[in-house]
Amino acid sequence: MHELWIALYIFMLSAFTGFEVISRVPVILHTPLMSGTNFIHGIVLVGSMIVMMNAQTPFEIFVGALGVWLGALNVVGGFAVTDRMLEMFKGGKK
Amino acid sequence: MIHVVTAIYFFAVLLFIFGLKLLSSPTTARKGNLIAGIGMLLAILATFFQIFLQHNQDPLFSIKLQIMVLMIVLGSIIGWVSAKKVPLTDMPQMVALFNGMGGGAAGVIGYLDLLSGHGEFALKAIAALALIIGTISFSGSIGAFLKLQGWIGDRPITFPGQQILNALLFLAALVLGILTLYNTSYLNLFTALPLILGFLITLPIGGADMPVVISLFNAMTGLAVAFDGFAIKNYTLIVSGTIVGASGTLLTLLMAKAMNRSITNILFGAVGKIVGGEAKDRIMKEMSVEDAAATLAYASKVIIVPGFGLAAAQAQHKIKELMDELESRGVEVKFAIHPVAGRMPGHMNVLLAEADIPYEKLHDIEEINEEFSTADVALIVGANDVVNPAAENDPKSPIYGMPILKAYNAKNVFVIKRGRGKGFAGIDNELFYLDKTFMLFGDARDVLSKLVQAIKRF
Repeated sequence: MHELWIALYIFMLSAFTGFEVISRVPVILHTPLMSGTNFIHGIVLVGSMIVMMNAQTPFEIFVGALGVWLGALNVVGGFAVTDRMLEMFKGGKK
Repeated sequence: MIHVVTAIYFFAVLLFIFGLKLLSSPTTARKGNLIAGIGMLLAILATFFQIFLQHNQDPLFSIKLQIMVLMIVLGSIIGWVSAKKVPLTDMPQMVALFNGMGGGAAGVIGYLDLLSGHGEFALKAIAALALIIGTISFSGSIGAFLKLQGWIGDRPITFPGQQILNALLFLAALVLGILTLYNTSYLNLFTALPLILGFLITLPIGGADMPVVISLFNAMTGLAVAFDGFAIKNYTLIVSGTIVGASGTLLTLLMAKAMNRSITNILFGAVGKIVGGEAKDRIMKEMSVEDAAATLAYASKVIIVPGFGLAAAQAQHKIKELMDELESRGVEVKFAIHPVAGRMPGHMNVLLAEADIPYEKLHDIEEINEEFSTADVALIVGANDVVNPAAENDPKSPIYGMPILKAYNAKNVFVIKRGRGKGFAGIDNELFYLDKTFMLFGDARDVLSKLVQAIKRF
C-alpha cells in the first residue's frame, strides 16, 4: 500500500508538470504539440514489452504481441508524423 | 544491475519533460521532438536490458523475445512508412490513428493484467480503468480516422436515443468491470463494451469538431498509460502517461476555447448535421479572374484568409507567389489565421511555413480583426465557417458564439471556393451573398495561378 501512495504522489506532481510545461504554447503549435504528446505516450510500448514477457499461455503471448505491435506503431508513427510537421517550420524560422 | 535500468528510465523521463518544454516554442519544437525521441530510445533499450536480467530463466524466453522483436520491427516499418507517405493534408487523421494504436496497447496491458488474476485489489481496479479508457480511445480514434478519411462520411451520424444508449453502455462497462475484479470470466464481455462505446461516441461528432475530439482521445490514452503504470508498478509509465494526460487535457480545453465551444457541447451537440428547409433563393455573384486581378493589383492592403481548401488543393506555394507578386507592386499583404482554420488548430501555420511565408505575416484573430476595415480586399481561400457572420448574429446557428474573422468589414470580399456547397459544419454562409462579395469558383491552386498570371499583366 505504501508503494501505491508514492505512485499517487508521482501522479499528482506529473499532472501539474504536464499543465505547466505547455501552458504558454502558441496556437500555431497546437497540432504539432498534440502530435508530440501522442508520440510520448508511445512509452506504452515499454509496458507492452514487460507484460508480454510475463505472459504464460500462448493466448497471453498472442495478446501481448498485439500490444507490442500497437505500441511500436504509436512510437514510430507518432515520432515520424511530429517530425514531419515540424520540418516545415524551418523555412519560416526567424 | 537493475539500478542501471532504473537510472536510464529516470533519465528518459527527464528527456521527455525537457522535450515537451521545447516542443511548446516554435524555434525549438523540432529539437524537442528529437530529444523526446532519444529518451524513448533509451527507455526501450533499458526495457530490453531489464527483460534479459529478469526473464532469462524463463523456458519461453527466446520464443517470446523473437516474437517481440518481430512485432516491434513490423510496427516500426508500418508506422514509419505510413507517416512519411501520407499527404500533408492527411496528417490529422494520422495523429488519430497512431493515438488509437497507443490506446489499444494501453488496453492490452490492462487486459493482460486483469487476466493474470493476481495482485492487489486497488491495482486491479486501476487496471480495469486503464482498460476502459484505453479501449475507448482505441476505437474512438479509429472512428475519427475513418471520418476524417471520409470512409464513413464526415457528417454527424445521429439516431434517437443515442445518448441514452451510450450512457447505458458506459454504466454496463463499469458494472462489468467491477464483476471482472472478482471473476475474470467476465473479462471479454467487459472489453467489448468500451470497444463499441468509443466508436459510438465518435459517430455524432462533425468533422469540424474532430481535432478537439482527437486531442481528447490523446489525453485519454495518456491517462490510460499512467493507470497501466500503476497496475504494473512502472514509474516511467506513470510519469509519461500523466504528463500527456494533463497537457493533453489542457490542449483540448485550449482548442475548444478557440472555437468558443464546451467539451460537452462538442461531444453531445452533433454540430454539422444538415438541417433541412430554409433554403433561400439567393445568388452568389461570380467574377472573372481578370477583374479580381485588377482589384488586387491596385489595392493598397490585402488580407488573405486561408482555410482547408488551401490545404486540400496544396496551394500554399501559389499563395506565396501571389504574395510576392503583390508585394513587388507595393501592396501590403497580411494573412489572417483563425485558430481552427483547416482541419486542425495550427494547420494553416504549418502549411504556410512550408511555403516559406514568414511568421510576421501571419496574424491571429485578435490582431487582425480590427484591420479588416482598412483592407481593400479580404481574399478568402478555401475558408468558410471561420468567416461566417452567422456565428455573430444568428443565435440559432450551430456555430453561434464562435469567434470569427471579420472579413465582412473589408471593402471587397473575394472568395476562392471549390463549389457552391456548404462548409465543413454544413451551414450556409451569409458572407457569400453580400453585395461586396464576389466568388471565384475552382480549385484553389488553379485559381491562384491564374490570378498570379493575370496580375503580372498589369
